[in-house]
Amino acid sequence: MSILIDQNTKVIVQGITGRDGSFHAKQMLDYGTKVVGGVTPGKGGQEVNGIPVFNSVKEAKDKTGCNAAVIYVPAKFAKAAMLEDIANAIPLIICITEGIPVLDMVEVKTALGKSQCRLIGPNCPGLISPGKAKIGIMPGHIHKAGDIGVISRSGTLTYEVVFNLTANDMGQSTCVGLGGDPIIGTRFVDVLKMFQEDPGTRGIVMVGEIGGGDEQLAAEYIRKFVTKPVVSFIAGRTAPAGKRMGHAGAIISSGDSTAEAKMQMLRDAGVTVVDFPDEIPQALAARLK
Amino acid sequence: MKIHEYQARSLFAQYGIPVADGDIAQTPDEAILIARKTGFPVVIKAQVLVGGRGKAGGVKVVSNEADLVLEFNRIKNLNIKGYSVDRLLIAKAIDIKKEYYLAVTIDNIKGDVVIIASAEGGVEIEETAKTHPDKIIKFYMQGIKTLDETRWAPVVAQLFSDARLQKSATSILEKLLKLFFDKDCSLAEINPFVINGEGNLMAADAKVIFDDNALDSHPELVALRDMKYEDADELEAKGKGLSFVKLEGNVGCIVNGAGLAMGTMDTVNLLGGKPANFLDVGGSSNPEKVLNALKIILRNKDIKVILINIFGGITRCDDIANGILTALKQINIPVPLVIRLTGTNEKEAKVLLTQAGLTTYTSMRQAVNEAVKASKS
Repeated sequence: MSILIDQNTKVIVQGITGRDGSFHAKQMLDYGTKVVGGVTPGKGGQEVNGIPVFNSVKEAKDKTGCNAAVIYVPAKFAKAAMLEDIANAIPLIICITEGIPVLDMVEVKTALGKSQCRLIGPNCPGLISPGKAKIGIMPGHIHKAGDIGVISRSGTLTYEVVFNLTANDMGQSTCVGLGGDPIIGTRFVDVLKMFQEDPGTRGIVMVGEIGGGDEQLAAEYIRKFVTKPVVSFIAGRTAPAGKRMGHAGAIISSGDSTAEAKMQMLRDAGVTVVDFPDEIPQALAARLK
Repeated sequence: MKIHEYQARSLFAQYGIPVADGDIAQTPDEAILIARKTGFPVVIKAQVLVGGRGKAGGVKVVSNEADLVLEFNRIKNLNIKGYSVDRLLIAKAIDIKKEYYLAVTIDNIKGDVVIIASAEGGVEIEETAKTHPDKIIKFYMQGIKTLDETRWAPVVAQLFSDARLQKSATSILEKLLKLFFDKDCSLAEINPFVINGEGNLMAADAKVIFDDNALDSHPELVALRDMKYEDADELEAKGKGLSFVKLEGNVGCIVNGAGLAMGTMDTVNLLGGKPANFLDVGGSSNPEKVLNALKIILRNKDIKVILINIFGGITRCDDIANGILTALKQINIPVPLVIRLTGTNEKEAKVLLTQAGLTTYTSMRQAVNEAVKASKS
């Protein structure tokens, strides 16, 4: 089993005619993902790697019956791309683009709140259910099908973790890269819930980092609702102190967002927290016994 | 991007938010001219982009020219958290009757713009938020850019009992919101937001931070950047699509992705080394980025070794390999390179580097161990 995506997910690629969009459309196709179309306004009728290109999400949805969309467009067009998906009720939207203005994301979040759509990202690597489908930019070959769920705020650090899991013969049910921006569509708690409910997931790996309040909320959620073993690595213990955002930042975040504080909260919630990414498989094996 | 108080208050003034008369002075003579125009008493305020200037003695009210010159010179010679003071704001001192707090910012977890207000403003506002959260009002915009007056009316009534002040505060807030959205701010803060001797509301301080991701749409704001607070190397790196922060150690790091870069620094530390920098080459990297990264890192003469840790995703390992090879041809690299590459196009990259006689690693721990060892030899 897996969460969010599987072999039946039909995805369209927004920005398919760009350098990254075309490269990763091909990579996803080669992995076995059902990439059914691409969208680039003004370039409808073309083909990229044998994938038909449409002028709009609506046209792509009407013609292909897609149920997911992945976005590779430049930052200044990303808001419009996400809003177009929401307007067309695409159930799952994955936004890879980085550098999107925060107020653009406030608009997107507001639109999401009035819809049934789920957004992963932005500024994320996407997600993969190994052996079934990958939507995003992660290297497929480092993954292996199995029963470990992986959630992370980082891209490349997730690959590092997955690489170590696979090397220790611990396959993954689904790996979800949440994204590194302040405002993201899906958070740790959302995915923790899905993994807890997924019969195909036996253990969970959570990769966090300094800053923000998500790991703290996750710790609280795990303490209350997660019965499956969770192992965590938090990056940034030696990173220089973050920038202060006047008083308002401190008032709104209310709490300590250092790596050490997050590690402690997770430990208090029953999570095994490791020092090195390559210690995760062993820690997980011990918890799964 | 942070700006100074004097720049923020001039934005406030443009948007019609009342601030005290005043101006920026670089010499005591200029300060006197400003004070003569506004009238005494005046407040002298050090313009620094770090917090705690009041406690460092960087703010002082004076009531005559002799004291103005004396205090001006004293504050100008202060060092506040490592920064010298070269700009001073001279403003008419406000006869403060009561201090409030008013700010507009973004609640990331809710994904919404939020107004934060309190009847207990001033420097202790964060303490108040901790000990008396009930004294802090949070008002969410619910996705709209203008104040919903029906929802706001009962809120402002909690802050001010006087109808005239309620109206005035609402009008100032509307202006602050307009500024916030017009300029893509991540923070617009008035602390303290005060009632003056005439019973009117005004901003006694001004703090504005802009969203770095939105600066492309606001070229006029970029000019407000105080270069003194920017590390030249860090700024140059940014211009070249790299994210770079200089640190104290001697292991130069080039990594793709902020999370892995932090994880690499942590690993270097835990294995007994000291990272010399944080450097994220970002996604979708072209060979040029690696060359630029190496150039910037090599300016640091403490460097004993350079650790390149790449896990290819959107970054293709062969792009990185080509960048390393180009750099080896173009610049002198006087320290060992420890290269760890894996992920997208890993095979192509390893062929390129092996042909050039370079060793590559697949395991991060192994590569970090090698780099730490080299840093100590």
